[in-house]
Amino acid sequence: MLSEEITRLIGKSGEPMILEVERGAIRKFADAVGDRNPLIWDDEYARNSRYGSVVAPPGFFGWPVKWDSPMPFFSPIREELITASIKAGFSRIVDGGIEYEFFHPVRVGDTLVAVAKIADIYARETKGGTLVFSVTETSYTNQHGVLVAVASQTLINR
Amino acid sequence: MKKKILYWEDVEVGAEIPSLPKTATSQMLVKWAAASGDFNPLHYESTFAENQGVGKPIVHGQLKRAWLVQMLTDWIGEEAFLKKFSCQFRAMDYPIMMKSLTEPAEERTTHFCKGKVTNKGVENEAHFIECDIWVENDKGEKSTPGKATVILKIKGDE
Repeated sequence: MLSEEITRLIGKSGEPMILEVERGAIRKFADAVGDRNPLIWDDEYARNSRYGSVVAPPGFFGWPVKWDSPMPFFSPIREELITASIKAGFSRIVDGGIEYEFFHPVRVGDTLVAVAKIADIYARETKGGTLVFSVTETSYTNQHGVLVAVASQTLINR
Repeated sequence: MKKKILYWEDVEVGAEIPSLPKTATSQMLVKWAAASGDFNPLHYESTFAENQGVGKPIVHGQLKRAWLVQMLTDWIGEEAFLKKFSCQFRAMDYPIMMKSLTEPAEERTTHFCKGKVTNKGVENEAHFIECDIWVENDKGEKSTPGKATVILKIKGDE
């Protein structure tokens, strides 16, 4: 059974986070992945493409303009969840997986607003003990008010 | 550079996605940490990784996700739209160390991103395909299985 301290977070949203999509940050991301797509690396090629500019690879949403955490992309609501899980004795955390739905491309120069919500928290009993699954759903909206993507990330605490 | 277009008509159910080889190195993990903002010591600190029960520092799940996204965008080209993407991190993967600034200590490919077309159809005038995708490690494990839905162009519709 999960304590009230954890389950009370279900449905709660974090403060909106503002992200800027800079060319250097897109390329740093692509370099780490090993992605040499000309839409990312070749300004002229990208300008002549149907996007008209460099685009971010799907799943890259820029970098927060402000942060105060060792994990810059973690919404405070997620940190609250992790803190509560650790306090309840589930101190080992692994990333369970991610799901995206994309609606619109993200271009260089975009400013996005990300809003994270704890969509679900549930426990599963396994031979190795109790696993706590938490799903954070984050929506990303650009400067034109267009929803560009929704991401659902699952963390597993044990 | 010649633009590649993958047409819906040319994709058959059962077809394999061109596989994308990746070699996870400690250097790549450092780059990924900086580019993605994931500064969890699980990915660079041996004692911490041991205490977390994964043995030694592991490859970021989200990096494997980004490899799978690259496999898809390399294949579908820039006229297509990645609509849905998901993957689960089911098994740990480990990087190889560096022997110099530029060379990994071992000459081998540690991972292959792979995929297969499982369905195709038309919905709300969108011509889509569905795929199973996964990262396979050098033990032959599908450590990161997932699914993707892509909207493709049809011939004559420019």
